[in-house]
Amino acid sequence: MSFFSYAWDWVTTSANWHGSDSIPQQILAHLGYCILPLLIAALIAIPAGVVIGHTGRGAAFVVNVANSWRAIPTLGLLILLAVYLGFSILTWLLPLVVLAIPPILINTYEGVAGVDPDVKDAARGMGMTSWKQVTRVELPIALPLVLVGLRTSAIFVVATATIAAYIGLGGLGRFIIDGLASNEYGPVAGGALLVVVLAVLVLALFAVLSRLVVPVGLRRQAKAQQD
Amino acid sequence: MRTRTAATGGMAAIAAITLAAVAACSSSASSSSSSSSASASGSGSSNPLSGGSSTSVVIGSANFPENELLATVYAQALQAKGVKVSTKLNIGAREVYYPQVEKGTISIIPEYNGTLLTVEVDKTSTAKTTADVDAALAAKLPSTLQVLNPAPAQDSDSITVTQATANKDHLKSIADLKPYAANMALGAPPEFKTRSDGIAGLKATYGLTFKSFVPLDESGPLTLAALQDGKVQAADVFTTTPQIVTDKLVSLADPKFNFAAQNVIPLVYKPAMNATIINTLNAVDAKLTTEALLQMDNAVITEHASYSTVAAGFLQAEGLS
Repeated sequence: MSFFSYAWDWVTTSANWHGSDSIPQQILAHLGYCILPLLIAALIAIPAGVVIGHTGRGAAFVVNVANSWRAIPTLGLLILLAVYLGFSILTWLLPLVVLAIPPILINTYEGVAGVDPDVKDAARGMGMTSWKQVTRVELPIALPLVLVGLRTSAIFVVATATIAAYIGLGGLGRFIIDGLASNEYGPVAGGALLVVVLAVLVLALFAVLSRLVVPVGLRRQAKAQQD
Repeated sequence: MRTRTAATGGMAAIAAITLAAVAACSSSASSSSSSSSASASGSGSSNPLSGGSSTSVVIGSANFPENELLATVYAQALQAKGVKVSTKLNIGAREVYYPQVEKGTISIIPEYNGTLLTVEVDKTSTAKTTADVDAALAAKLPSTLQVLNPAPAQDSDSITVTQATANKDHLKSIADLKPYAANMALGAPPEFKTRSDGIAGLKATYGLTFKSFVPLDESGPLTLAALQDGKVQAADVFTTTPQIVTDKLVSLADPKFNFAAQNVIPLVYKPAMNATIINTLNAVDAKLTTEALLQMDNAVITEHASYSTVAAGFLQAEGLS
């Protein structure tokens, strides 16, 4: 039997869709473990990225720290926190926030710092304040890259939120870890497949989102550059 | 082997006399075992690689601290009785070392009777008590292998609570949990949910239903942290986990054997045995309690004492060195 036949058999077993700890419940729990860390990471990383992108101050330092930050093993941090902090909300939240910050931060910084100097000059020449320059000109132009950062982090978090199951919590990781522990391949393959499906849905969501929020002019410009 | 023994009969005889003298010191030499010692030493002395020693055994161990410690205890006890010992510690998992004992490359290895039975010897066995497990082992082990007397010491699964919980609810055995289980969260490895001695076993054997089940790790850092933190009130913890000492935990007794016995037991290669070796190892096992093993594990794992210091301390305290 292949990975997909194991996964398919398990996912299509109707008993797995009902009752406590069923697939719908664990998908909801999984999304719950994704949304909060992403929100917090965005609230920290987007303003920080805008500030260093706009001012250019501390850029090298912050980008290097954010990049080296990516080397922190999420699972290791989770277990470290469980042992030293106990089992609070921070135990699973902090590692996922740490995971989600770098892509958002770096993309926001690149987006804001990469705004055409002529455009910035024009904005300043029109008498815009720093705040207006950022909110009316630089951030909208940087938005496609900010969304790329958010999308990357969202996929990281969706795939990694499985680790919540290590500390006895729910989510799709529950199927993978329990299946491994009891040598049942069905839930392992099925749980992994559902994580992939969720990640693809996240991709689709961001495709729609960028259509909705990126200004038409920018999109046309990007398309013209591609062609 | 018989012809070789005859060819080197003189040396074998000398070796047998030496051994008989040593055996006499330890005050129990039966005729059958002294003849087996003669053949063992005979084959040893005919082997050019054995260095002409009268008796030489190889003690192995699996790759975790407690097992290496036990191998060191056995090695030092045998050396004290004049047996030539070499050690091959930290070999690996059971799949690696078991065939080596079966072939005689390793002559002695500390084992745990329950796991030895269900993992290697008879996967379908349902024996639970020490006596049943040892009887099943005796019946099913391959002809070259033998287990000696089990030590009272067990490294088994146990339902463990904090000292504070144990004091508050007067808990000594798993059966005492009956009035409290419905308000307790139980932490254990994920497979505990489906294992026959897991949730289902506790319900069938002791009539316990816990408030909730929290899947964690196998008696590891997460389980111990959850127990300290109060995330779970009871947990599946191995009975010789050093944190039982350092974190002040209480492993509840299992009088109805929900968990199979896991007594420390030497698995030996039969042709390498003689009366001295068997009597020495049995004398060590007789003194080896779970409490003693737990204290030694704690010294080695938490306090980073060396295996040889801890082993020597135990043997001296018990008058075995």
